[in-house]
Amino acid sequence: MVDVVTPEPVDKVDPDELRAAVWDRVRMARNVKRPHTLELVKAMATDVIELHGDRLFRDDPAVVGGLCRIDGRRAVFVGHQKGGETDENIRRNFGMPHPEGYRKAIRLYRLAERLQLPVVTFVDTPGAFPGPASEERGVAEAIARSIMVMTGLRTPIVTLITGEGGSGGALALAVGDVVLALENSIYSVISPEGAASILWRSADYSQQAAVAMRLTAAEQLALGVIDEVVPEPAGGAHEHPEEAAQRLKVRIAAQLDTLAGRDRNALVDARYSRYRNMGEFAVATPSGEPQPERPGMLDRIRRAAQFDDRRRRTATPA
Amino acid sequence: MPIKLPFAGRRGEEYPKDLWTQCPDCQEMLYNKTLDKGLRVCPRCGHHFRLRVDTRLSLLLDRDSFREHDAGLESVDMLAFVDQKPYTDRLVAARASTGVRDAAAWGTGTIAGTRLAVCAMDFAFMGGSMGTVVGEKVTRAAEFALAERIPLLVISASGGARMQEGTLSLMQLAKTVGALGRLADAGVPFISLMTDPTTGGTFASFAALGDVNIAEPRALIGFAGARVAAGTIAEELPEGFQRAEFLFEHGFVDMVVARDKLRDTIAGLLRYLRAAPVDKASGNGNGNGTGPLPRSPSMLDNLLSREPSRG
Repeated sequence: MVDVVTPEPVDKVDPDELRAAVWDRVRMARNVKRPHTLELVKAMATDVIELHGDRLFRDDPAVVGGLCRIDGRRAVFVGHQKGGETDENIRRNFGMPHPEGYRKAIRLYRLAERLQLPVVTFVDTPGAFPGPASEERGVAEAIARSIMVMTGLRTPIVTLITGEGGSGGALALAVGDVVLALENSIYSVISPEGAASILWRSADYSQQAAVAMRLTAAEQLALGVIDEVVPEPAGGAHEHPEEAAQRLKVRIAAQLDTLAGRDRNALVDARYSRYRNMGEFAVATPSGEPQPERPGMLDRIRRAAQFDDRRRRTATPA
Repeated sequence: MPIKLPFAGRRGEEYPKDLWTQCPDCQEMLYNKTLDKGLRVCPRCGHHFRLRVDTRLSLLLDRDSFREHDAGLESVDMLAFVDQKPYTDRLVAARASTGVRDAAAWGTGTIAGTRLAVCAMDFAFMGGSMGTVVGEKVTRAAEFALAERIPLLVISASGGARMQEGTLSLMQLAKTVGALGRLADAGVPFISLMTDPTTGGTFASFAALGDVNIAEPRALIGFAGARVAAGTIAEELPEGFQRAEFLFEHGFVDMVVARDKLRDTIAGLLRYLRAAPVDKASGNGNGNGTGPLPRSPSMLDNLLSREPSRG
């Protein structure tokens, strides 16, 4: 048995307390009662018309999309769809899309581009479905293609991380001009369970993995992966779905108005730059130590984690 | 009667590691010099051993034609990531054991005289995982190919995104693919060569998107790692699942090419895959790229930009 190394404590935050706080967020993000894409769209938009099918294979129930009007603004919406109870969840494959789900999304992005309608995407998936059916129909290609179409789409894209932002299966719907996240959502390169099974060789270390990956919305904000955190009603979005949807609507409408005025070449260039500049590296020089290109991200994330923790403590009744 | 030497035939040293390698497929013990001479392909069963980045490039490119760019890029620990070991320790150990700074190298070179931008990944460095540095190198190679209008070749050997860089490694998928989208729109060709293994975020981004996708025989190519799949689904995985031939059969690679034929195959492709002439390329936008509308402002653009998008 290897020694358990707990993740480096963030300044003076107690590691156990931090782990519990982060895991609370993971559980909240995965709560089945949390409003999912269709519930949110129906609560915040009018004239909702759902469209179906990828025109190639079948309609994937794990990805929904269509037309809607958000405070009068016409838009195309696309999102992962989980079920609110077991039967529905099985039908929706727990929000894990097959390739046809991403190909449906691509079809809707193209439609939006042709009609010059903005796209609003809702991200809430544990990840793309990893089974044989998914692999043989090319889930990796479908994800890569969806990302490519989004990076160059000549119409505004607003992305909302509403629940679980699980890996490439999430990113395929998340290449927005602006990315918002609900307060209790998470975003990660791999599920905490997956990271634990690979890096710790045991799923028992999922909580440690969740802390190490900095998957909370506040930390993702500090990393610059998301642009804005939308606060949830007290107790979480599942307690007051209607209120959560209204809060999201206000922020989406504001972002859509900002983006609507942009020149479309400038819009696509800005989106390219947004992702082009993600992450830091150093450049080793012939003499001396490597110099970081953009210093200070670690400080920012430390502050964010502390802030997040303080806020949780004040928000929790004694 | 043979003379028994004191250093020969001691248990466990029948095949010293610096001289012999066991084929993981057919278990044959292979003499290293023979293996190297055969391009590190098992002469008995055809198993393709993984290649280090320098061997790979010298195998494909014209002799001494490779000029590496941005060799000094190094990963930094953005998240203060600690699993069983800190990420910084893993980086130091990987640099020491591999002699390279990170899991990819990019530069320019020629294949049968055709100049191209090339980026190759090195599985020996943290499983070839894509962090910010690997993403940056793939992207710079693509941007260079676009600027010079020369073909791009990316050779993948990677388990996927580097978990120790969290979502910032996930963002490398969008960064690299964004650059490839511009390349496709501009009519500059891209060849993706997938070697063992090409999985996870590497396969689900640039590797899957070649104008021509080539795979080495029996290479593991897939989206979900076995441990992730096993944790999510209870299904038995079919035989040959996620191998190069499976991908070929299902239409996601154009050809499975044995190592000794790779250079000639790519040279043959490059006789066709030339960048489109600039005047015709601008605004064709019909590759595998990013939009049906022309990139340079046109009358249609001007008309549409005057229309408010709400209504």
